[in-house]
Amino acid sequence: MSFLDYLLGTKKKSASVARERLQIILAHERAGSRGGPDYLPDLQRELIAVISKYVAVGQDDIKVSLERQDDYDVLEVNIVLPEAAKR
Amino acid sequence: MAKIIVVTSGKGGVGKTTTSASFASGLALRGKKVAVIDFDVGLRNLDLIMGCERRVVYDFVNVIQGEATLRQALIKDKHCDNLFILPASQTRDKEALTKEGVEKVLQELAADGFDYIICDSPAGIETGALLALYFAEEAIVVTNPEVSSVRDSDRILGILDAKSKKAEEGGSIKAHLLITRYSPKRVEAGEMLSLDDVQHLLRIPLIGIIPESESVLQASNSGTPAIHLEGSDVAEAYKDVIGRFLGEALPMRFVEVPKQGWLKRLFGG
Repeated sequence: MSFLDYLLGTKKKSASVARERLQIILAHERAGSRGGPDYLPDLQRELIAVISKYVAVGQDDIKVSLERQDDYDVLEVNIVLPEAAKR
Repeated sequence: MAKIIVVTSGKGGVGKTTTSASFASGLALRGKKVAVIDFDVGLRNLDLIMGCERRVVYDFVNVIQGEATLRQALIKDKHCDNLFILPASQTRDKEALTKEGVEKVLQELAADGFDYIICDSPAGIETGALLALYFAEEAIVVTNPEVSSVRDSDRILGILDAKSKKAEEGGSIKAHLLITRYSPKRVEAGEMLSLDDVQHLLRIPLIGIIPESESVLQASNSGTPAIHLEGSDVAEAYKDVIGRFLGEALPMRFVEVPKQGWLKRLFGG
């Protein structure tokens, strides 16, 4: 890229688009295979059982995912409470 | 004890065979006794890249099926006395390779005093590719700085972690990232994934960067592994890879754009 291109302003670089797309697809595909622990489905099922004792939640209202960031793993549990439960 | 190394990538055309030829030759140039095996049954090309295609008499499948001895099938390299090539079969179908057969050949090579056995994997994740990596202790994952190659390399890393003998025994294959066809100029222009990007995405240690270069085609045209092209940046980069593999701490080269004059920088080159 020349200095003139820089002055005139250029559109978003394709390499950063590639990087972002890969970050998303690799995280998604790894969740299915590479090194992903196989307890996630069980964990999700038991969480549903526990939470539904107190709140009416459905199978799809709880999302459990594991993501790796550099040196540590992040276990993310996302629970969507139904409208009625909030009040 | 022979060390088995697989050169793999998932995606085709990224430089596995070029790398296998130069990596095996580089180890041989350092005085190691090396065998390089082509696992691409039906689509063999290592013989062409090594320049020994007219000396192929017997192949890998002949040895597995007992139609030839290993000694008859091994081809001595024309550049290094301590480097031998075991070509793939061109006619048999891929199912001719079996786990037991491959293991027998690898054991025989180890007993013969080879220091390193390089397995040149075919593209894809079919039988040939799975067998090429199954017995490996270390892997060189060849990746281009490009989306489909990075994704396929990630897939292969998952397979190394799950379907290798090491993994079955509770261990893991030591994987090295080799980025090939790298263009610092395009990285600087924001048109190509940088080596940091690729390393961050794949999370395995980097063993080298091979710059995009016209000399790779010249090397394959003449059947000479690229590492023998004296003075070319590709040859230097592969020699660095060998050094790092053998434990030397060498800085990465060919990752910066050569400095330009201010006029060229102002108007673009």
